[in-house]
Amino acid sequence: MAVCIAVIAKENYPLYIRSTPTENELKFHYMVHTSLDVVDEKISAMGKALVDQRELYLGLLYPTEDYKVYDYVTNSKVKFVMVVDSSNTALRDNEIRSMFRKLHNSYTDVMCNPFYNPGDRIQSRAFDNMVTSMMIQVC
Amino acid sequence: MADAVLFEFLHTEMVAELWARDPDPGSGGKKKSLSVLEGLGFRVGQALGERLPRETLAFREELDALKFLCKDLWAAMFQKHMDGLRTNHQGTYVLQDNSFPLLITMGSGSQYLEEAPKFLAFTCGLLCGALHTLGFQSLVTASVAALPACKSLGSPQV
Repeated sequence: MAVCIAVIAKENYPLYIRSTPTENELKFHYMVHTSLDVVDEKISAMGKALVDQRELYLGLLYPTEDYKVYDYVTNSKVKFVMVVDSSNTALRDNEIRSMFRKLHNSYTDVMCNPFYNPGDRIQSRAFDNMVTSMMIQVC
Repeated sequence: MADAVLFEFLHTEMVAELWARDPDPGSGGKKKSLSVLEGLGFRVGQALGERLPRETLAFREELDALKFLCKDLWAAMFQKHMDGLRTNHQGTYVLQDNSFPLLITMGSGSQYLEEAPKFLAFTCGLLCGALHTLGFQSLVTASVAALPACKSLGSPQV
């Protein structure tokens, strides 16, 4: 189940963060923040693939819960970070990739919206609905 | 394709509208209209810069981004590729188009040379906006030597 989805802008500030279980939202924000460093490392390491995928097992910090963090970088250096509960091991690579593709498509739609100023927080309801559907569907 | 011509008409009207209010605006007003056009182009360029490279691989260097501009962006906007891309290896790129679709209808030669910059402002903004989304702050200027060929100079800095 995707527990948290975040869209980070080029300058590394969040455009959109949403997490499902309402208990420690701050914990997810923190996780997303720490994942940014790893993302930067990967980007500078150079590769031809567009999708940067990273699996981060936080088993050490949280002995009771395991999370996997995936992330995807677009050409415009916008990062999508997704935190997934890894007790649901049925989630396959392809599914993650298709989720990111949907995210990217929705983000592009938001960008093309003339009422949206690039750099503002994303407040589009369509984007919200799409993210909600992704968080519930996988759960 | 009928769609290409729709954009050309819209663009011509945009320029005409901005100039219609004050046919002889003087240098202050003229600059303002030009920056309005550039601003329009910038926002459109930002959106296009997000939408067009969706399925392509990541741009590893500046040159990739410039090539994307010359091929994909130009093809999407004007249904043709840019005719030439040169660089002085010090950060400036010259993009040359020998038959720019927005100028072709005005005739060839040097007859309307002074009116030409108005019609290039939107495109300059477009290039600037697309470069901005791809991560490069840049300065784009355009010049016309003889219609309908035009050159744009871009100096991107990361």
